Amino acid sequence: MTTALNTLFITLEGARLNKEGERVVVTLHDEKKAEVPLRHLRSVVCLARAWMTPELLESCVEAGIHVSFFGMTGRFLVRVEGLPGGNVLLRRAQFRVADDGARTLEIARAVVVGKLGNARQFLMHARRDAVEERKPVLEEAVRRLSGHLRALERAEDLEQVRGLEGIAARDYFEVFPSLLKGEARRFTFDGRNRRPPRDPLNALLSFGYALLAQECAGALAGVGLDPAVGFLHEDRPGRLSLALDLMEELRAPVVDRLVFSLVNRGQLKPEDFKTEAAGGVLLRDEARKAFLVAYQGAKQVEVQHVFLGQQTSWGLVPHLQALLLARVLRGELDGYPPFAVR
Amino acid sequence: MEPRETWVALSALQHLLFCERQAALIHVERLWVEDVNTAQGRLLHERVDLPGHDARPGRRVERAVRLGCQRLRLTGRADLVEYHPDGTSPTGWRPFPVEVKRARRKSEEADRVQLCAQALCLEEMHGVDVPEGALFHGAEHRRQAVRFDARLRTLTEDAVARMHELLARCQVPAVPRAPKCEKCSLESMCLPQVTAGQRRASDHLRRMVEPVEF
Ligand code: SF4
Repeated sequence: MTTALNTLFITLEGARLNKEGERVVVTLHDEKKAEVPLRHLRSVVCLARAWMTPELLESCVEAGIHVSFFGMTGRFLVRVEGLPGGNVLLRRAQFRVADDGARTLEIARAVVVGKLGNARQFLMHARRDAVEERKPVLEEAVRRLSGHLRALERAEDLEQVRGLEGIAARDYFEVFPSLLKGEARRFTFDGRNRRPPRDPLNALLSFGYALLAQECAGALAGVGLDPAVGFLHEDRPGRLSLALDLMEELRAPVVDRLVFSLVNRGQLKPEDFKTEAAGGVLLRDEARKAFLVAYQGAKQVEVQHVFLGQQTSWGLVPHLQALLLARVLRGELDGYPPFAVR
Repeated sequence: MEPRETWVALSALQHLLFCERQAALIHVERLWVEDVNTAQGRLLHERVDLPGHDARPGRRVERAVRLGCQRLRLTGRADLVEYHPDGTSPTGWRPFPVEVKRARRKSEEADRVQLCAQALCLEEMHGVDVPEGALFHGAEHRRQAVRFDARLRTLTEDAVARMHELLARCQVPAVPRAPKCEKCSLESMCLPQVTAGQRRASDHLRRMVEPVEF
């Protein structure tokens, strides 16, 4: 695995990307805007209509650099990949487990344990920094999540697991307004909504989750798993179900934490968003850039991987988890160990 | 029906001698890893000046030579093959494989085996004996002659056979964590601390659902 975690985000409309030597060169109207050595990159994400030479594309595919294109709103369009990595037998094992109700249940349960466990840690950390009058609300949410975690252990089928996940998500998002501090209280949040998001916080969450989902998909494909065949999320055409499974445990510690730190530090304000005629909310260009820079920075931050007993960075976590999942499917591990935030 | 054919990559042999799991992760599981595969690919195109590699008259040097041995179902590339004029050879030439090692040696035996495998390919392809080759260590600027004696040939053929076995069974052997893991370029993908069953996911999950205290 490479240790280079860098993602080259392209936000310039009409940018051209080509290869010069072993470097990626970005130009706009014949003016050089950026230059990055290929070996420093792990992915290229185009968030604007950009143009890439076939030669560069070939080098990216060969070097295992993921290339993806998104629409302006952060809607995923396409990911370019070479021959599927890994072993076809591993993918077969994945499909067999996906068809095996008992094993699917165990993995789905582990995925939701990871999601609720880390959501609970996120609220625990927020509680520590919260003013006294907010603490009871957060404590109550933590207690509820604890209850759902206990119930999960007893869940007998996938429907119960999904049901608990849904209830827990509502309890979790309900306390989001209590996480806003000072000036940031001008943001309002009335539950999670999407397609399109109808307030700035939801727009940020959607944008962050879309980026994270693509990273998870790339990590899964990188170890040879099929990102579309999931366990908690059932197969649906056009959906990267396994990437969504893998993302669950990372939503709160990666995206939610980043969103609240940006708004609470005043780096993003309600004015940084625009509302469309029908009520959909979008990030303005500057806000998108600020978010991407912060997201890239967050990936370099060191964390302890409790299960593996080693230090790593947030950017590598999806890859390590994808590897662990491959071990589970190959029968080398007794269950899926989600990433656990301390 | 034809039996399923497996071919062993020349590069797999040194992986195999270093660690069977490493060889299987790369060649069976096809895990992509920057510093093993792509660095090797780049090396092929790099022009290396070899000390002791004099332009003796009549000596030919070929780079990135594609090699194969049908008998052993072995295939790959040699960084560099010298063709020395030799009156005792039926063709008038004697191939002399040279393996360039840029990094510090991990295992000398592994390098010799890989070189010997190249010799076996060259013998079959040219129909002449290849008794000798050389290892060139970039870091130490040292060229070292290697004789392909009976012991080394047996070791090499055994390694090829073992690699065929892993490929045919699509097996990824579980290997306990060892000191050599520290030097292994695949450590971050192999996760040796997990493989040998030293960690249990069920314990980890149980800890994640434990109640918390304020
Ligand atoms: S990390 Fe250790 S066990 Fe794994 S492939 Fe490398 S040497 Fe072998």
